[in-house]
Amino acid sequence: MLRVESVVKSFGGFKAVDGANLHVNAGEIVAVIGPNGAGKTTLFHLLTGHLSPDSGRILFKGKEIGGLSPHVVCRRGITRSFQVANIFPRLSVFENVQIAVLSRERKTFRIFSPAKGMAEEEVHRILRSVGLFDQRDVGSDLLSHGDKKVLEIAVALSGNPELLILDEPTAGMAPEETERCIRLIRKLSGESGLTILFCEHDISLVFEIANRIMVMVRGATVAQGSGEEVRRNSEVRSAYLGESGEC
Amino acid sequence: MRRSAAPLLLLLLTATLLALPQILPRFHTYVAAIVLLTALLATSLNLAIGYTGLYQFGHAVFYGVGAYGTALMLTRSGMPAPIAFLVGPLAAAALSLVMGVICIRLSKLYFGMLQISLGSLVWAVVYRWYSFTGGDDGIHGIPIPDAIASPKGSYYYTLIVTALCVFAMYRIVRSPFGKAIQGIRDNPVRAAAIGVDVKLHQLASLVIAGFFGGVAGSLFVVVENSVFPDMMFWTFSLEVLIMCLLGGMYTFFGPFVGASVIVLLRVFASIHTRYWSLILGTILTLVIIFLPDGVLGMFVRRPRPKESTGA
Repeated sequence: MLRVESVVKSFGGFKAVDGANLHVNAGEIVAVIGPNGAGKTTLFHLLTGHLSPDSGRILFKGKEIGGLSPHVVCRRGITRSFQVANIFPRLSVFENVQIAVLSRERKTFRIFSPAKGMAEEEVHRILRSVGLFDQRDVGSDLLSHGDKKVLEIAVALSGNPELLILDEPTAGMAPEETERCIRLIRKLSGESGLTILFCEHDISLVFEIANRIMVMVRGATVAQGSGEEVRRNSEVRSAYLGESGEC
Repeated sequence: MRRSAAPLLLLLLTATLLALPQILPRFHTYVAAIVLLTALLATSLNLAIGYTGLYQFGHAVFYGVGAYGTALMLTRSGMPAPIAFLVGPLAAAALSLVMGVICIRLSKLYFGMLQISLGSLVWAVVYRWYSFTGGDDGIHGIPIPDAIASPKGSYYYTLIVTALCVFAMYRIVRSPFGKAIQGIRDNPVRAAAIGVDVKLHQLASLVIAGFFGGVAGSLFVVVENSVFPDMMFWTFSLEVLIMCLLGGMYTFFGPFVGASVIVLLRVFASIHTRYWSLILGTILTLVIIFLPDGVLGMFVRRPRPKESTGA
């Protein structure tokens, strides 16, 4: 479904991503791991059009998407969450999701019909599925940190993506929030067969839910495979797992 | 409580506004008309600044172009008046589109700075081009159709047009488009990531704001029978911006309140003192310190989250 081939991106003289390779098959949960500064977030920005690659190819369903604008990438079927919860703070929880649904339906240029009640059923369904239905009228900036991140996943889901990209979905979450978030990711993958690509610092979490893992070090892909294969890879051990001592 | 009170309040307001010219002397009717059209101007600016989050620092230019467009059509073309009243706002919308295309590449303050520069350019042309715009003298004695030429007539015309435009803008901010621009204001990156074409929506919002600013300008022609270049000078743009801040730029009717306060203050305080802007400055300082969301922003209650969240 997604194929990244030797992608390079540098800022000034610094190569943030330097030869990243990745493939994601439909229905999989794939994790990208790597030490701080390995280029995971930059790679995700490249996939979703927030940055354009200097070289290399990014193919989604066989078509090049590298360098397209974010809103075009979204319409091709990739939506995402950001590392720092990225929501519409002055709008209510309901409106946050509603905008995403209306945008997908290409209704955002309707200027005279009232938005109130539009797509209500779908928005409610999405909010129920992520567990935010009771908070639907709350100003989204007043939510707890964990709920904000869950709301952002809900917003990303409203685009009906084929591929959902999550940049550190559980960063900064309390243990029970993390638990809830993992259940949500599992549910999305299991029930709707959604393809999910995420990066995460919590290694045990990665090995728990990912079907396959890609390891990045200094911008380059050093290994890719199942949890077991990655664990056995000597390069990974020396570069990453060995240092953290968690595995 | 507010919800049930709103229709009653609106009815009361409408009745008052309709009755004003019957009660008030001639000069005060004129002031009321100026309040209305300035409120329309501030509300149109708020579409760009409060709802789309664009630093629209040169809004008076669209007001001025709307006014000059109407004035020039009335004095120099043989066209019927209704066309003149439409050409002004359309010219303002067109200018807004052109300036928007140029400025939208920049973000935040840089957008605002470039807009002031381009606006000053328009002002300079109007200020200097004596043979066409009358230069710094402006245009006076503009012929207005008889039905709306009297003080009362011009007041009612202003009231009706302002009400229609404000209603239209009210509908717009509640439409899917309105939600999308508020999303862009809050978080352009997020908006793009859900498939919203940020620049296109911003541009559309600017054109709409420019158009309604132009309508306010055309109303000024009806009320004042004259136009002058100062009405599009950048200092007036800032005054309109202050109206939005004072009233509350995250509320729909905040700019309306802000415009009323400032226009009335300017008219009535300046009778007693040359230093009326000192009073304005004091009020504004107090509002910014104690009511950072503006006068109306104070009344907005946002539902708070419940204690526990079920997964």
